[in-house]
Amino acid sequence: MQLSKSCTATLTALTFAAIVTAAPGGGTVTGKVTYTGTPAKPKPIDMAKEPSCAKQYTTPLMTENVVTGSGNTLEYVVVYISAGAPDESSAPSTAVTFDQKGCHYTPHVLAFQVNQELKVTNSDQTSHNIHPLAKINREWNKSQPPGTPPISEKYDKPEFISVKCNIHPWMHGWFAVVKTSHYAVSDGSGEFKLPNLPPGKYTLTAWHESYGTQTQEVTISGNETKSANFVFTAKPY
Amino acid sequence: MSDASAPVAHQHAAPTGLLRKYVFSLDHKMIGKQYYGLALVSVFLGMILSWLMRFHLVWTNAAIPGLRLLSKNGAPGGVMTPEYYLSLLTMHGTLMVFFVLTNAPFAGFGNYFLPIQIGAEDMAFPRFNMMSFWVTFVAFLVLIASFFIPDGPPISGWTAYAPLSAVGKDAGPGLAWGQNLWAISIGLFCVGQLLGSLNFIATTLDLRTKGMTLSRLPISTWAWFITSCIGLLAFAVLLPACVLLILDRVAGTSFFIPAGLVISDHLQPHSGGSPLLWQHLFWFFGHPEVYIAIVPAMGIVSHILMASMRKPLLSVKVVYVSMIAIGFLSYMVWGHHMFLSGMNPFSALVFSFPTLIITIPATIITMIWIGSIYGANLRFHTPALFSLGFVSVFVAGGVSGFFLAQPSLDIYLHGTYFVVGHFHMVMGVAAIFGILAGTYFWFPKMSGRMMNDTLGKIHFWLTFIGVYCIFMPFHFLGFAGNVRRYSTFVDDYLQPLLPLHKFISIAAFVTGAAQLIFLYNLIYSRFKGAPAPENPWEATSLEWSTTSPPPFDNFGGRHIVVNHGPNEYGVDGAHGDFIMQDSPEPEPAAGD
Amino acid sequence: MGKLLAVVLLVIAIGSAIPILMHTWWMPEDISSHGYMIDKQMSETMAESGIAFVAAQLVLAGFVAMFGDKKNGRKATHLPGGAKAVVIAAIALVGTEVLALGVFGKDAWAEVYFKKAATDALPIQVQAEQFGFYFRYAGPDGKFGPLHPDKIDEGNQNFFGLDPANDVESRDDIIAASLVIPVNKPISLMMHAKDVGHSFYVRELRIQQDFVPGLDIPMHFTATKVGKYEIVCTQLCGLGHYNMRAYLEVKSQEDFDQWLKQQSQ
Repeated sequence: MQLSKSCTATLTALTFAAIVTAAPGGGTVTGKVTYTGTPAKPKPIDMAKEPSCAKQYTTPLMTENVVTGSGNTLEYVVVYISAGAPDESSAPSTAVTFDQKGCHYTPHVLAFQVNQELKVTNSDQTSHNIHPLAKINREWNKSQPPGTPPISEKYDKPEFISVKCNIHPWMHGWFAVVKTSHYAVSDGSGEFKLPNLPPGKYTLTAWHESYGTQTQEVTISGNETKSANFVFTAKPY
Repeated sequence: MSDASAPVAHQHAAPTGLLRKYVFSLDHKMIGKQYYGLALVSVFLGMILSWLMRFHLVWTNAAIPGLRLLSKNGAPGGVMTPEYYLSLLTMHGTLMVFFVLTNAPFAGFGNYFLPIQIGAEDMAFPRFNMMSFWVTFVAFLVLIASFFIPDGPPISGWTAYAPLSAVGKDAGPGLAWGQNLWAISIGLFCVGQLLGSLNFIATTLDLRTKGMTLSRLPISTWAWFITSCIGLLAFAVLLPACVLLILDRVAGTSFFIPAGLVISDHLQPHSGGSPLLWQHLFWFFGHPEVYIAIVPAMGIVSHILMASMRKPLLSVKVVYVSMIAIGFLSYMVWGHHMFLSGMNPFSALVFSFPTLIITIPATIITMIWIGSIYGANLRFHTPALFSLGFVSVFVAGGVSGFFLAQPSLDIYLHGTYFVVGHFHMVMGVAAIFGILAGTYFWFPKMSGRMMNDTLGKIHFWLTFIGVYCIFMPFHFLGFAGNVRRYSTFVDDYLQPLLPLHKFISIAAFVTGAAQLIFLYNLIYSRFKGAPAPENPWEATSLEWSTTSPPPFDNFGGRHIVVNHGPNEYGVDGAHGDFIMQDSPEPEPAAGD
Repeated sequence: MGKLLAVVLLVIAIGSAIPILMHTWWMPEDISSHGYMIDKQMSETMAESGIAFVAAQLVLAGFVAMFGDKKNGRKATHLPGGAKAVVIAAIALVGTEVLALGVFGKDAWAEVYFKKAATDALPIQVQAEQFGFYFRYAGPDGKFGPLHPDKIDEGNQNFFGLDPANDVESRDDIIAASLVIPVNKPISLMMHAKDVGHSFYVRELRIQQDFVPGLDIPMHFTATKVGKYEIVCTQLCGLGHYNMRAYLEVKSQEDFDQWLKQQSQ
């Protein structure tokens, strides 16, 4: 619900946004995503049913729906300009890759642009099934036997799409399809960076798969670096 | 009844236009050929699908050339995906059970020969007859259309178990429009079969020529008559089941879907249905369906065996009674498909008993066939070989029924290749042997030309040995617990069975290729075969009393009067060791 | 031609019988307390059906070899006794077989399905889903927390839809991807399907039972041998059906207790 609301907001905002040409240089927004409270502990994943994957791990792979770092930082938060940015005239020609290795999605959260090419590859010796549960975009559900060419797809509307493998129920990931070239995913230390922002007033949105979205306004008036931090409230269950 | 009535005047004149003669024909002979042709296309299609499946099972990660062209999503880079395997599995089963095993021995041969064998000029309802074929043909097109939609055919098997088949796209590829097309196709197929069955019953009861009493009906006509009674009741249950399935899928009803199902992270908006309801409805049709396939084949084989042995069966009446008993019992045994389905375990014992009992009439018929060969003068032409082959494979498929009829053994064998071996042998292979025997036997009558007997015999030997090489090992796999409907064998315990799977796959390729000999023989003989005489097999029933092929009104305006029973072989007749049913001589001592 | 057919039939009968007699491909060793009854029933049925199969093929082979068309117009004769003898023989032979198999065969079925699980049986809930099995143990409190289908979150390993935030009983429930059980202890399995129909099949345990969505089906057994076995799905459940499996680990009571302790940390 929250998801589609934010997407609608993005769309509406973008419709009325002034057309500004993105120029190299410009301002930068950096920040850190943290949490307060007690998050749920990551749980170990038992891959017993797929020995070819299980044997790749000496310690079990942990769930990734809440990944924290030291200093209460939060990884896999998508931060992007949801309003105020110019309409992107075209998607970048480079493709993004979503890999399946060791019965695990890499990266866990993959952000890319509307109409940008998405390549899904299978580095495992077993068949995978990629089923992004799109609600706004067209839903597809395809299997990928080992050794077959990458699956190539595109999404034409912004949406946060939960991705699952029907064959291996523990495999879960996200596609963050955004309508801007100004986006980042927070890293292991919770940090993100949005460079090359032309002067303007922007709405910055941070999205986390378990903790929802937060927004804040940021104004860039030249070649400057602004800081914007987000703090989410963690839930123990 | 109609015993004394003269044949009714032909209800429609011989057509002259191409469309009326070959396409929208009212002539039962053309409709019979249309059904047969549809079955022929379906059987080769189904066989190719089985080749693809057998290839994938043993060379899982190998690309199949050209498969990519058939389905981009189903075979990326030519390598079959697990879901496409299941799509092919569903289509193989559906094509074979419905469009081959129901169409050819019953609707195909039945349409062509039932009216001739009773001395009638046509079916009772020629327009219904035409409609039944064309509805079936549309059902075929609808089914095949699922190959050409992006998600491909459904992946729920020919049994379409709910809720997998009922919940739609969340449950997997092919379960959106593919499954809709399947349900619509099978619903239409039921309509076609219901029209056909009614027609067969009315024709047999009302259009018999003078002197054609029920006891003088040839055994093949008896078999078609019994089959149409079974079919009328069975398809009448499958049709509403398909309608309910479609409603669950498109109208949001919950006949087969209970509450609280979470599929692909999506809580399904249904409540109150029962998956077991689908299973009951489906198998209430599904078990009699086995007999819809096999009873006509029994009739055809009995008919051919008598002409080949030059003597009647020990008792045809016992065979009739046994076939009727099988048809009757077939409605009481559907639960044996559901021993482990979660229904009350007491009912398993209740269903087990009639299932075991049904082996008694089946054994009686088999022993009558074998016992009748004693003292015969067997002529080993191709139809006779396929008939004898039928008896052999029917026994092979029948004895495995003893295992599956017992709930306690089902605990181990249910869901394994043992079941696959059982039903392929007893229903698939046996009925196909019946169809092939019928084809070699009746082709001269249908086309006016003989089929090549040498090619026929080569075809028989390759097929007969081939089917044993394919399907006997299925039973061994079952004993080892090899689960069926797996697209790949990843389980540790299945690895030692792979060499046996490889053997089966190779046997399947060779046996399948041998069917091309049959196809060649069929096409070559149709145009270049030796002209067929009126009665090449020296048989007695009425189809051999008319020209090959018969004229439009079957007997060229003659009023046929039947004076003899259908099985007067091994007697001193006017033309040899047999007496035609319409021979003018007075009947000797009551036969049989 | 008749002789050739007879030889082929002979070869088929013998060729089919040899792997059966040699047990080249056969059931694995039984590790359950009830399985011996199924095995006995299987052997008896095999003997009776095997004899019926071989005998029928051999008689057919003999007759086709003996009664080919001689061209000299031999008068057809009939089997001594005629149809009556055949019908009586069929009813007597098959009737006895049917009775024997039906009456004595019910015992094995009754052992599995009519008896209730022992009162000290260890309760374990098994959930089948596209495409795997997950097992739930009640934990120290001995109680299973309620299921909430809307809470299912597989990415967070919440396969059952537990709500530990609100349900105290759920907090100590143990979820495992393998079925770990103590040897020689009755197990009471509660079978629950999350999405579509599935089946639970362990060859060595001589157990197979469908999962039916909407029904909770009880099942019980006792494993008698320590080891690791495969649990597979035998009901077509979708594209990953072939890969739907889990391991059954039968451990000694001490090893099991230790495993359970590890899990609840």
